[in-house]
Amino acid sequence: MNIIVTVKQVPDTHEVKIDPKTGALIREGVPSIINPEDKNAIEEALRLKKSSDDGEVTVLSMGPLQAESTLREALSMGVDRAILVSDRAFAGADTLATSYTLSMAIKKIERYDLILCGSQTIDGETGQVGPQLAEWLDLPQATHAEEINIQGNLVTVKSNFDSVTRVMEMKTPALITVSNRINKPRYKHMNKVLRAYRDKAVVTWSKEDLKLNPIRIGLNGSPTWVRKTFVHSHSRDGIVVEKPAANCAEDILDFILEKALLKL
Amino acid sequence: MPVIVHEEKCTGCKLCVAACPYTVISMQEEKAVLLPGCTYCGACIDTCEFGAITFEDFQGRLCMDVALFKGTHVFIEHDNQTASKVSLELLGKARGLADEFSRQGKDQLVTAILIGYELGDMADELIAYGADHVIVVNDESFKMYRTDIYTKAIVQIAGVKKPEILLFGATAQGRDLAPRIASRLRTGLTADCTALEICKDEGILLQTKPAFGGNMMVTIACPDNRPQMATVRPGVMKKYPRDPDKIGTKEVMKIDLDENDFIIHIRDIMASTKKHVKLEDAEIIVAGGHGVNNQQGLKILETLSDELGAELGASRAAVDEGWIGQDHQIGQTGKTVQPDLYIACGISGSLQHLAGISQSKYIIAINTDRKAPIVSASDVTFIGDLFQIVPVLKDKIREYKKRTD
Repeated sequence: MNIIVTVKQVPDTHEVKIDPKTGALIREGVPSIINPEDKNAIEEALRLKKSSDDGEVTVLSMGPLQAESTLREALSMGVDRAILVSDRAFAGADTLATSYTLSMAIKKIERYDLILCGSQTIDGETGQVGPQLAEWLDLPQATHAEEINIQGNLVTVKSNFDSVTRVMEMKTPALITVSNRINKPRYKHMNKVLRAYRDKAVVTWSKEDLKLNPIRIGLNGSPTWVRKTFVHSHSRDGIVVEKPAANCAEDILDFILEKALLKL
Repeated sequence: MPVIVHEEKCTGCKLCVAACPYTVISMQEEKAVLLPGCTYCGACIDTCEFGAITFEDFQGRLCMDVALFKGTHVFIEHDNQTASKVSLELLGKARGLADEFSRQGKDQLVTAILIGYELGDMADELIAYGADHVIVVNDESFKMYRTDIYTKAIVQIAGVKKPEILLFGATAQGRDLAPRIASRLRTGLTADCTALEICKDEGILLQTKPAFGGNMMVTIACPDNRPQMATVRPGVMKKYPRDPDKIGTKEVMKIDLDENDFIIHIRDIMASTKKHVKLEDAEIIVAGGHGVNNQQGLKILETLSDELGAELGASRAAVDEGWIGQDHQIGQTGKTVQPDLYIACGISGSLQHLAGISQSKYIIAINTDRKAPIVSASDVTFIGDLFQIVPVLKDKIREYKKRTD
């Protein structure tokens, strides 16, 4: 069983703060991490590999050269090889251009039974690259998987679809996006991290290494463009009341009655 | 930038015929020939393995013939009996966009795409909720949602109708389906939008969505490709008031399916056994955060919530602590709510939480920290201990209800 896992390096959005004076996003000092659900995908790939006879797990990422550290982290978790697709020409790619470029890298890898992705990233939060990649590669897909089982060339996936759970079956090769509920990613061991730097290489592919149609890559290959970004103001300029508890309760009840909010 | 076929390279393999979403390629004497109506989407160029199809005088960026596209289409999610709430909200929004288009001197129809089996009078309901036209696909194969053939059906409809805008709910289904369609149509898609408007100068759709955990809002446009596609977050747009006298038209479409189209098989669909928490529809929500201290603290909020006939919500902090289930979580990574009254107890108000509650009509906060971000985001903040205020409030409401009984 050969598995490809797509990963993205993202800023840790829990660490992102807003400058109270300018209202701008403070990105300085925000650590870069593997997108959390991509880690679940790596964990699942390692589990599936272990239960099959042979095969390897490859992590694939598109991004700037700095993203190599993310792939090293994946190697330290135990994946067999790491490929970084990186080129200035890919900058500004939206999900269509990103999924196209990844699909061409996967065509170059050639041998795979399964592609696993995280359901969505914590920076862009689109959840689109997985299904779009499946479309470029003409593969069956399942999104938001909470359980994956493989028997021969049949994959069974259990997914939570809002209020229902769906069980789907498809033939390999297939693409599955996984939810963070599927497993608990392993912690990395320091000696494995060191070994990942010493013994394993991250392969980098540029534009020239892939058979790309130039109309589909980077900013020009991206139908969607960002027009503006802004920080949302939630301010209501409300009042602040400080009174004994009983009086507070009285005031709240009055507020509810005054606005006719109580259903009798 | 018209598309041209280089006859000498064309092998007559017909891959381009299958790839063209707009069905404007035919074979004549074993060579591909372009019929009128090409939108310049370039799908044939991607597919041709022999370099036999190219754009003439390509200028660095693909620009489709956007003038060929008209109207707003809304994909309707349903349970074969009733349309989902978000689908009706989308029809309401599409009506608003049509009004804006008509102010700009452009007549645009709102079309609902209704796919399923034994759909009853749902099409009439969609008209009552704002659709001018309903495209109905009624076939047993479509009884359950399936990514494969639903993609094919909507691509076929979009190929024939060429909508300028195509909307989906940002539900599990919408977010499974829309990206696949966008790829096949070679167009842009914006995920999980919370605002849609028509740009006054360019007449294009401006799509706003949260990013970076609700820390930032991004406005995205798709200027050169069509349809302009978006998934829209449930609970954000307003329904159009139901008007049973509204007039609309219906049209039945057949989708050509063969066995190769079925690549994903549904083995089972199980309803969640958990009690469904209806935060999205709640008129009043009582919610607790880190300040409730433990599971017991949330129980105190629950007694107030029951007294008010409200739903119980929680911040991510409370859910992460394991005090309450994830289906109660409100905020960017949980649910977006729009109650008449939101009572935030012991919630400091992280940005990602505020993003989920900002559409509440009134927000009351009970908090010990005067400097917490929830204070400026609320209409009234009571500085005090929720363990003292909430039980008294519950008793007072009970007394009031008895008095007026």
